Amino acid sequence: MKPRSVGLHAVSLLAMLFLYGPIIVLVLYSFNAAHLSMTWRGATLKWYAALWHDEALLAATANSLFIALVSTIGATGLGGLLALGMEQMPHRRQQVLEGSLVLPLVIPEVMMGVALMLLFVTVHVPLGLTTVILGHIVFNIPLVTIMIRTRLRKLDPMLREAAADLGADSWQVFRYVTLPLLRPAIWGAVLVAFTVSLDDFLVTFFTAGPGATTLPLKVYSMIKSGVTPEINALSALLLVVSMMGVAAALSLQRREV
Amino acid sequence: MPSDDVAHTIPAAQDSCRSCWLAAPGLLWMILFFLVPLLLVLAISFASRGTYGGIVWEFTWANYLDLLHPLYGKILAQSLWYATLTTAICFLLGFPLAYVIARSPARWQPVLLLLVMLPFWTNFLVRTYAWMILLRHDGLVNHLLLALGLITKPLELLYTPTAVVIGLAYGYLPFMVLPLYVAVERLDPVLVEAAWDLYASRWAVLTRVVVPLTMPGIVGGCILVFIPSIGSFITPDLLGGARSMMIGNLIQHEYLVVRDWPLGSAVSFVLMGIVMAAVVLYYRQASPGDGPLEGR
Repeated sequence: MKPRSVGLHAVSLLAMLFLYGPIIVLVLYSFNAAHLSMTWRGATLKWYAALWHDEALLAATANSLFIALVSTIGATGLGGLLALGMEQMPHRRQQVLEGSLVLPLVIPEVMMGVALMLLFVTVHVPLGLTTVILGHIVFNIPLVTIMIRTRLRKLDPMLREAAADLGADSWQVFRYVTLPLLRPAIWGAVLVAFTVSLDDFLVTFFTAGPGATTLPLKVYSMIKSGVTPEINALSALLLVVSMMGVAAALSLQRREV
Repeated sequence: MPSDDVAHTIPAAQDSCRSCWLAAPGLLWMILFFLVPLLLVLAISFASRGTYGGIVWEFTWANYLDLLHPLYGKILAQSLWYATLTTAICFLLGFPLAYVIARSPARWQPVLLLLVMLPFWTNFLVRTYAWMILLRHDGLVNHLLLALGLITKPLELLYTPTAVVIGLAYGYLPFMVLPLYVAVERLDPVLVEAAWDLYASRWAVLTRVVVPLTMPGIVGGCILVFIPSIGSFITPDLLGGARSMMIGNLIQHEYLVVRDWPLGSAVSFVLMGIVMAAVVLYYRQASPGDGPLEGR
């Protein structure tokens, strides 16, 4: 190897430490018996137990799960159909649409939240669970469409042609050839949409009304009112849940056709 | 196009854009809940504020002119500065990491890339909170520095611009690594070998061979880090103090605290302008397919 290797590896290690250090510290300290200090006073599960008795937190969890579930179903349906419909369009129009779908993913989330809030306020829709769900579907549609399109483009056209040659009509081609082949991508999209919805803070922050507090909103208000060991425990749980969701989604995405 | 072939072989599907309608509900949703709200923000940015915080529909440039006030100018300038610093730090950490990953055994590469991307997919709020624990007055960083004897009394780290930049770099490092990885992977190792064989110095190999040949990845990665950094809200909100406000915080402040919606809308569109300029630059410079979505 070249002499530069040592330095390169050292910086890479540092970068990895930078990425994982804070997460590891957070999880470790969620088991620390000491109330607020950084000194280790032995392992405990009491902060996790405390979470379990926090009524408001349980209500926020229920809200988060409900919003994630409904918005995932909505976004997967709308986004999946969008991907299938785009497939039939002239190439140029596909490109334009694809470009526009990137827009919701790149514009600052704070702006998306503000814009949705303005819309709901202007048309006098009271902010609540429904408005949050509508908003979550907006940022999840592009994710779903792009993930399903990626798989659609990788499909061997011969498979569909063969089915058609054997007398399948277009519905049968879709139902018995395209759909089974898309299944891993669809499940991957479901998992990603669910995780992103569960983790979203900003769009929720601007579109949630009274009674629509989600887990991230609850975490935010807890952080704002002061650092407590319970937040560490809750944060550790959220980290583990989203990591598992994404690991599962990615393994589905990478599975060969 | 594959689908056209299918259409030709199936008489029932002769009308090839019949299934284009499948796209309609999704598109309609995006128009109603994404495009219309944005246009509303644009319209409000040219309206004036009523006495009690409402909107008066009278065309005016006043909101944009108000942004020229030094107070707003300062927030805009420091946002650009923090985002630029963040991009530089991500590049310095991300380039070696991407290089090492791209030159590691092929079967390890997907695993390493997954490890880089995984934190990005976890809760951003929680990851930012982790830095609050580390940077607090009696946080782990101060404990370590004291134990090592590098400082004699704890540093004030949290609620400073330093904390904001660290938090941003931490949040968006994965965006830098992916396009750089693609670029380094495409760089033929033979070219680097040749430079060594010709007795090029380390610096020459880096600046005359490696950097020029991975330029699309470098530009792409830098823009992908810059875009979310400039528009961030959570990081400066949690890790920064009152003096390290960024554009995102100003927008939230104008909307929810001051309730000056026209001004907040004007700030939003300035931010959007900066982001769109970066996006256009990205599509001009980097080849499509290097985006973060490919790794998603």
